[in-house]
Amino acid sequence: MAKMTMVQALNLALRQEMAKDERVIVLGEDVGLDGGVFRVTEGLIQEFGEERVIDTPLAESGIAGMSIGMAVYGLRPVCEMQFSGFSYYALHQMEAHAARLRWRSGGRFSVPMVLRCPYGGGVRALEHHSESREIYWAHTPGLKMVIPSTPRNARALLVSAIRDPDPVVFYEPKASYRAFREEVPEEEETFPLGTSVVAREGKDVTIITYGAMLRPTLEAAEQLKEKDGIEAEVIDLLTLMPLDDALFTASARKTGRVVVVHEAPRTYGAGAELVARLVEKSFLYLEAPVKRVTGFDIVIPLYQREMEYLPGVFRIAEAVRETLRF
Amino acid sequence: MPRQEIDLPHRLEYLSILDENGQVDTSLEPDIPAELLLKLHRAMVLGRRFDERMLTLQRQGRIGTFAPIKGQEASQIGAVAVLSSQDWLVPAFRETAAEIWRGKPMENVLLLFSGYNEGGQIDDALRNLPIAIPVGSQPLHAVGLGYGIKYHKKQEVVMTFFGDGATSEGDVHEALNFAGVFQVPVIFVCQNNHWAISIPRGKQTRAKTLAQKALGYGIPGMAVDGNDILAMVAAAKEAVERARSGGGPTFIEAITYRMSVHTTADDPKRYRTDEEVQEWVKRDPIVRFETYLGSKGLLTEEAAKAVDEEVRAEVKAAEERWAKRIEGPLDPITMFDGAFAELPPHLVSQREELKRELEAQKREAHHG
Ligand SMILES: Cc1ncc(C[n+]2csc(CCOP(=O)(O)OP(=O)(O)O)c2C)c(N)n1
Ligand SMILES: [Mg+2]
Repeated sequence: MAKMTMVQALNLALRQEMAKDERVIVLGEDVGLDGGVFRVTEGLIQEFGEERVIDTPLAESGIAGMSIGMAVYGLRPVCEMQFSGFSYYALHQMEAHAARLRWRSGGRFSVPMVLRCPYGGGVRALEHHSESREIYWAHTPGLKMVIPSTPRNARALLVSAIRDPDPVVFYEPKASYRAFREEVPEEEETFPLGTSVVAREGKDVTIITYGAMLRPTLEAAEQLKEKDGIEAEVIDLLTLMPLDDALFTASARKTGRVVVVHEAPRTYGAGAELVARLVEKSFLYLEAPVKRVTGFDIVIPLYQREMEYLPGVFRIAEAVRETLRF
Repeated sequence: MPRQEIDLPHRLEYLSILDENGQVDTSLEPDIPAELLLKLHRAMVLGRRFDERMLTLQRQGRIGTFAPIKGQEASQIGAVAVLSSQDWLVPAFRETAAEIWRGKPMENVLLLFSGYNEGGQIDDALRNLPIAIPVGSQPLHAVGLGYGIKYHKKQEVVMTFFGDGATSEGDVHEALNFAGVFQVPVIFVCQNNHWAISIPRGKQTRAKTLAQKALGYGIPGMAVDGNDILAMVAAAKEAVERARSGGGPTFIEAITYRMSVHTTADDPKRYRTDEEVQEWVKRDPIVRFETYLGSKGLLTEEAAKAVDEEVRAEVKAAEERWAKRIEGPLDPITMFDGAFAELPPHLVSQREELKRELEAQKREAHHG
């Protein structure tokens, strides 16, 4: 098995799916010769040509809207938004049509497309290049919302997203694009959407997270074990919509204490839904209030202060300790 | 039922006054006072030197990603030069030289690109909107400002900038259309620098020119040699006069070239040839203007050298002011500044939460 970065793993997924299924078309801004600004589509235009790797004019609504038509026609568009911060021009097309065409046409039409967006902070970028607003999509009925966390699961989830019969918004944690490598098998691997995993087992407390926040969360869990002897169980959601609440509510029933970690703003963020599900499904097992460790409800500051905005190991570990002290 | 050509209210013109060799078409030469010519020259040199300095600072890791303006000095300075301080500037993100002309302190530019929110602060006396990074989003704001001006029966005008790539965004078309419908005093300056990251102008639109897009909205359009500061001043002046006298909006396509990287995160070798860049180096707006000023007896070689030294000193002084502003510890708490006119209770408590965390972190660092 080759050790790959997430960028390479995503590239592998695209390459293999394109080789296998000629309906798969990649489109977006600078995805051709440039290989995408993060190089996720590197080499695809050389291998599959301009008809299947389309450098579009600069228009996100255009990219999404055209993808909807392509998908209705039977193609499998995988489109790239250069940064999630610029994907909102496409939100209208996704909300009004991608998410509804199956429903509106009584099942006659469907929109099997993937909207890929690099998201998240911690990369010393300009304004609009660090946001984490996955909830816009997860809150939209008719869309699936996936956020991988490691090279291997990113590859497998992207393959599954491409094959999914419905529109999938696929958020890629850009802080994890090249931060670490993981073994990724050359042979095909898929991972079912709507399924979460236990990233680390533990008995004292459950920490639920996803995307780029998995790494500081695992680091905090390690630190808690070493310094405090606390055994934290870490749940990696992987898909926000549909949400696999069986796994994390079962974990909560086991540990009785839960901390939720995400970099998105707190209010109405994913944590709010997670806490609601916990209250609905494991209320009687909870021994402490659920803590949310999140970004604040403000625009993420420019890079000098972004690390103080983003949940880090310290903030996560402190929240866990407080939860256990309750 | 004849099939006949439709007579459109506007025809397209291409304007160039100073050619690549600095030769002027005297029949078109605008009457610009010597003092202003020299001021324009100085601003262009300053724009270039500051840009170069920023690139160095970026390579040294002292500032983050930014979009260089190299090669686009004439297209932006020539345009804003005809505005008064009562007029408005609505920039995109590659108009640093124009913003400096309009009073933005260089140290604020450095502050912003070195990751401090403070860099976005706009002085109360300035009528410049902050940079807008989402491509094509800001021309609509120019239309709104223009409506305000019209509503209050003021003589002000608005000038907004965007790129060739931006003309593919729906918002830009909505802005042009609204401007035409409401006849607002807005000058749209499209800096066609031939590239939108890796996408060449020819892949952005099938249209022969960008200027012709204006005609679809019933407003006058004009293509201008954007590396010719005289042509830019002349075109902008005409557009501003039209707007100020109630004649409505104008679209100016400034044909220029992005001589540098898209941003410092970009590698143009992947998508364009050096030969192409060299072709445009020959059309450098500063060189051409210096030839012109020389031939008019307004700028000697020594004087040009002196200007260069002066602007370098200015850049250095700004850099020192910037360095001073960022020395000492940073207060992360200010990230909550500017969220609302009045901080709502949930943000007050989140700010307290961050304060407590920072203190706890400090304590822990102390005690290990
Ligand atoms: C809505 C939006 N999509 C994508 C981007 C990323 N991006 C930044 S600049 C740019 C190209 C802009 O090209 P152009 O309008 O020609 O302006 P130039 O960069 O050449 O000045 C792109 C795609 C963005 N900032 N905003
Ligand atoms: Mg451009």
